Amino acid sequence: MLARVTTFTIDGLEPRRVTVEIDVRAGLPNFTIVGLGDRAVREARERVRAAILNSGFEFPLKRVTVNLAPASLRKAGPGFDLAIACAILAAGGHVPADVLERYAVFGELGLGGEMRPCRGALAVAEGTARAGLTGLVLPRQRALEASLVEGLDVLGASSLAQVAEILRGGERPPPPDRDETVLALPVRHLDLADVRGHTDVVEALTIAAAGAHNLLLCGPPGVGKTMLARRLPSILPPLSRAEAVEVTRIHSVAGQHRGAGLMAERPFRAPHHLISASGLVGGGAVPVPGEASLAHHGVLFLDELSEFPRPALEALRQPLEDGRVAIVRGQRTAIFPTRFLLVAATNPCPCGHAPSPRCRCREGDLARHARRLSGPLLDRIDLLVHVQRPDAERLAQEPTASSQTERVRVTAARERQLQRLDGTGVTCNGHMDARLLRRHVRVPDDVERPLQDAYRRGELSARGRDRTLRLARTIADLAASDDVLRAHVVAALGYRHEMSPGVGVAA
Amino acid sequence: MSAGAGAGVGAARACAACLARTWLIARLAGSIEIARHHKRRLREILALSEEQLVAGLGGARAGAIAEEFERLDVDALREAVEGSGLEAVCRHDAAYPARLRDLEDAPAALFVAGGAGRLEGLVGADLEQGPRAVAVVGTRRASADGLEVARALGRGLAAAGVTVVSGMALGVDSAAHAGALESSGRTVAVLAGGADVPYPPSKARLHRLIAERGCVVGELPPGFVAMRWCFPARNRVIAALAHMTIVVEAARRSGSLITAEIAMDIGREVGAVPGPVTAWRSAGTNALLRDGATVIRDAADALDVAVGIGRHEAAVLHLEPRLRTLLGAVADGRDTLAALAGVPAEVGPTLAALTELELLGHLRRAAGGRYVVIPA
Repeated sequence: MLARVTTFTIDGLEPRRVTVEIDVRAGLPNFTIVGLGDRAVREARERVRAAILNSGFEFPLKRVTVNLAPASLRKAGPGFDLAIACAILAAGGHVPADVLERYAVFGELGLGGEMRPCRGALAVAEGTARAGLTGLVLPRQRALEASLVEGLDVLGASSLAQVAEILRGGERPPPPDRDETVLALPVRHLDLADVRGHTDVVEALTIAAAGAHNLLLCGPPGVGKTMLARRLPSILPPLSRAEAVEVTRIHSVAGQHRGAGLMAERPFRAPHHLISASGLVGGGAVPVPGEASLAHHGVLFLDELSEFPRPALEALRQPLEDGRVAIVRGQRTAIFPTRFLLVAATNPCPCGHAPSPRCRCREGDLARHARRLSGPLLDRIDLLVHVQRPDAERLAQEPTASSQTERVRVTAARERQLQRLDGTGVTCNGHMDARLLRRHVRVPDDVERPLQDAYRRGELSARGRDRTLRLARTIADLAASDDVLRAHVVAALGYRHEMSPGVGVAA
Repeated sequence: MSAGAGAGVGAARACAACLARTWLIARLAGSIEIARHHKRRLREILALSEEQLVAGLGGARAGAIAEEFERLDVDALREAVEGSGLEAVCRHDAAYPARLRDLEDAPAALFVAGGAGRLEGLVGADLEQGPRAVAVVGTRRASADGLEVARALGRGLAAAGVTVVSGMALGVDSAAHAGALESSGRTVAVLAGGADVPYPPSKARLHRLIAERGCVVGELPPGFVAMRWCFPARNRVIAALAHMTIVVEAARRSGSLITAEIAMDIGREVGAVPGPVTAWRSAGTNALLRDGATVIRDAADALDVAVGIGRHEAAVLHLEPRLRTLLGAVADGRDTLAALAGVPAEVGPTLAALTELELLGHLRRAAGGRYVVIPA
């Protein structure tokens, strides 16, 4: 007796169709799963057997062979449990095989037959729709997420028995509450209005947000670098639906999607500096997205930049350049998107007190610190911002900006960029390459000379010049100016990090 | 102020005698051109009295010209000046640059576009009391590098509050004016012909911009179209208005070397920008350097001479008020962007101004985002 059930596995971020084939024939009772599964797949035997029995069905006392086709694709995780169980029930005639042909099933089973949520529900739902199937049966907790895919009959069940009931044409579960999936402005708990002082840093954050420029915050410990960086997502323009779906898919695949439905808030990821290279950009035998991808369309915050292991920072190079990262495993390549805004923070010196007399670092320490900061990463950072301890007077001041006001400015500036860069495949100034830069930023005659002087004195590299002009373009956009003026370029030069004591010389 | 002068009233406040003299020189311009070819020294001619001019240059028509000069309608001249939009200041006027008196053949009057008051602020009074000025001159056929140097000199000097004097000619002169306009706009263009006639015509826009923010002056009446002798004559005014004359690029027999020579004659400083010994454009400047002119690499070198080494603060005082205030605040210990900019709207401009000061060499960035004043 043969039965087939469709399910999906996640390869990188891509859903891959997997057909669960079952062969039940006379012989010594035996249960084998083949098809390049990992340990979790092999352990499915025990879970499935217990779940079937505890749900009131019989487990065939025959020779049962399950194949996960295609057999060449590596399969991981407990998501095949439900498909295997359904195949066995279909083979035993407990559920109609013809209904199963139109639905994909996906989920983990507990020993008692209850359904457990698992990763990647959104990607699986997209795969189901793409495969032309009618619907998807999956754990109830993930029904909302799966229903983000339009036109799919999403059946969220809480137990194996309920799945069998539904497939037999019994009572359907209530559809997931769609209201929650509406892309509303999320409630933000972190607002720039909470910030006292730091006017200059807030302005720099606005510039960074407006043009998607990577940012380095430099300042002594406890001065508010993290506090400020955490508020950056609040001034970025709201996610579009397509972006939100993308973010949701990545987080779901990585098992980081805690809520239900669409993630409407821009992600903020702050990995600890002990993170490995594969943790940062993604990896593993079956590649899973790393922090860089989890920060896609959001902010990746690297606190204590100089403490990160060199290989991890080196690995960030491609993601920063290309907006995606390719993880090669055997013959397969997984591509993860990584369009994040990088905010790095560092102490001005190893002890953290550099400008003040409290600094105890020796010259050698400072040089080492600077060396660790320089290099490929700094090349992609457009703004250096020094964060100072605000004085008492400034602390007592009323806040001068809120996330609301700054977001309005950012959105207007982004709008200008979209119009200018229309048709180039690039959406903001921070992503312009040298070619686009030359086309869209005309250097005013009266700044050519200062730029050249700075270049000649070694205070500006060729890359640094590009960075300055990119930034100047954004400053002009924030000022609603069609042309880049001298004042914009000069202000942009003020954010350069080359020849800046305590940060080292870049490029 | 001489008796009978209508000084202080209207645009043409020059006295009648001085206005009449400018008329006479314009009238005799053709003869001066010819006389110059006969080896009569131009500057000797220009130092002659009115009677001597008529007698010496009038030739056969001397009598007629003398009569014409006698019956000259000065009021009509005044009207012509007013009609042209210029102002006339004569050597009896307080606004007349006293430093021109170092010339034996100082012009009787100057016609000014941009206002007599502003002229006084740019190059008024004598060298001791009056505002600092530096002439930047050079070849009309300048190299790209020479143009950049001239522009940077103009910008740097003007930013330090020093007036940039030049002749608005193609090449170096125009670049120097343009540079000055990029910063404080303190610049004076001395034209060979009438101050209301843009010459060369291609520099009409520059002419307008200078008249808006600085001054354009000429010693010949409005509308007068320059003859060849007018250019070396103009050069003596340039040399006399400035504390120092800098030649950026000049070939061996360049007109700008005349300016340098006159500057030396009347005791002004002379500087030159060195160039490759094989470059024809630098032959004249290199020769000046060998003869003892000061080596000028940038505006700071020029300021050392024009303002004085160790008198850097004086230069700072001539910065734009906005930059000067900022520099003072940094010196007082408000040395970070955070300390200097309280409201968001101030952040961008303040950062730009700090960088501007950095580019001018007044500040440098130190650890932790602090700015440090560079001592003179």
